[in-house]
Amino acid sequence: MGSQEEVSAASLLREYLRDLASRGERKDGRAMDEMRPIEIRSGLFTKGEGEAWLSLGDTQVLVGVKVDVGTPFPDTPNKGVLMTNTELLPIASPTFEPGPPNEDAVEMARLVDRAFRGSNAIDFEELVIKEGQLVYLVMVDMYALDHDGNLVDALELASLLALKRTNVPKVVVREDGGVTPSGDFFPLPVRETPISFSFAKIAGRLMLDPSLEEEVAADALMTMVVDSQGRVCSFQKRTGAFAPEEIKRALSIAREKWPQVAERLGLLEG
Amino acid sequence: MKMPIYLQEPPEILITPEGVRTDGRGPHDLRPIKMTVGVLNRADGSAYVEWGGNRILAAVYGPREVHPKHLTLPDRALVRCRYNMAPFSTEERKRPGPDRRSIELSKVIREALLPAIFVDKYPGTVIDIFVEIIRSDAGTRCAGTTAASLALADAGIAMRGLVTALAVGRVGDWIVMDPNHDEDMYGDVDVPVAFLMEDKEITLLQLDGPLTEDEFNEALDLAMKGADLVYEMQKEALRRPYLVVERSVAGRES
Repeated sequence: MGSQEEVSAASLLREYLRDLASRGERKDGRAMDEMRPIEIRSGLFTKGEGEAWLSLGDTQVLVGVKVDVGTPFPDTPNKGVLMTNTELLPIASPTFEPGPPNEDAVEMARLVDRAFRGSNAIDFEELVIKEGQLVYLVMVDMYALDHDGNLVDALELASLLALKRTNVPKVVVREDGGVTPSGDFFPLPVRETPISFSFAKIAGRLMLDPSLEEEVAADALMTMVVDSQGRVCSFQKRTGAFAPEEIKRALSIAREKWPQVAERLGLLEG
Repeated sequence: MKMPIYLQEPPEILITPEGVRTDGRGPHDLRPIKMTVGVLNRADGSAYVEWGGNRILAAVYGPREVHPKHLTLPDRALVRCRYNMAPFSTEERKRPGPDRRSIELSKVIREALLPAIFVDKYPGTVIDIFVEIIRSDAGTRCAGTTAASLALADAGIAMRGLVTALAVGRVGDWIVMDPNHDEDMYGDVDVPVAFLMEDKEITLLQLDGPLTEDEFNEALDLAMKGADLVYEMQKEALRRPYLVVERSVAGRES
């Protein structure tokens, strides 16, 4: 626990945010259903086959996708493999410490994993090189660089962008069973655009894309992933409790916001 | 279960008799370098450095309370450093977490920076330095040290001066500045050096491979020349945010 001063500062902030929320206001002046601005940084930052450096307000994340070749899981011999990993780097927040992923990091990685599985976004059958023996392994490494709240949505958006940008190196199978890169590439088959929306509840009001202060003051948090057809592809009640009506209302907000975010990411087709 | 799909083939020749290197540089040229400070919002100080194909983020937190408490030094600041490579920083995905190499590099980077920091100004606190390699392309410890020194300055930590690091090396008969990836992999000798630029003291020096005394002296002299150039870029990067403010203030007056 923090010092006495920190505890009372946190409770003062909570009171203030509750007071604002009850009047339908937020500390940074946003509307309840308004996300912070999304910026995509251009440049070459990693050695990944796909990458994205994205900021959501003052939150910044970097996602790199690496592709390798390996054996499929025994129960899915005709499918490629997706792996997600989140690193809450100590550079991102004074409260993050070096070490293996903690439960928050693991939850975020699994949330993003489910966003892509739940939406059947990736055509895993196209990632088979030799059925039952050789498939592509797609490894999504998510780096939190700057934590000002709602890391989950930032990481999911950046992962979506990085996967959509991923070019898979084609390989040829040698006689000895090994593989050699052919020099050609094909775009990773990403068929859907699952987008993550997180909500905080403060004093009975739902707010989209909570800032760090709002997350700290929140009575409850939830994250849902919606696809291009407005279907819910994954859902995670995180902290606290929600009434069914609140969850339904949040979903309708997420469905309404989907085109806006997809367009901002340059992923709105047609 | 995993099979790497990235084949590395050594180049036929690392340096021509005329001294042209695999990336077209002459023996005494640096790679292109770009530096920016204050790139992160939460950290007390930060810097982003592009150095050839390297991409490095450095962040500093502190001086702050020490956790765990028993590490507290009553008369000076504790300085910790963590050098870490991102899984996507290498051709083949790097397993997350520290390995022997990154533990050693964390130590030598900390020891390269420590002589520059007025630790006795901050008794009982910790200064945490984080060096994140997001793309690696030879010379990450030096680029990382250079970036970390900027992040310390950006955090407003009292220092004797900036620390500037770069590597020199030997490729065949040539002593070269700032070895690239090919030279790092297939060259003969790699010599990372860091200088406390204020009084030109060496705070990091490592070496692997044989150098004659003449070559060794030549390498150190070349490193000093390179450091002078990098040092100017560091100062310019630190000055830049203030110049922007100055221009905007001047713009408002006119």
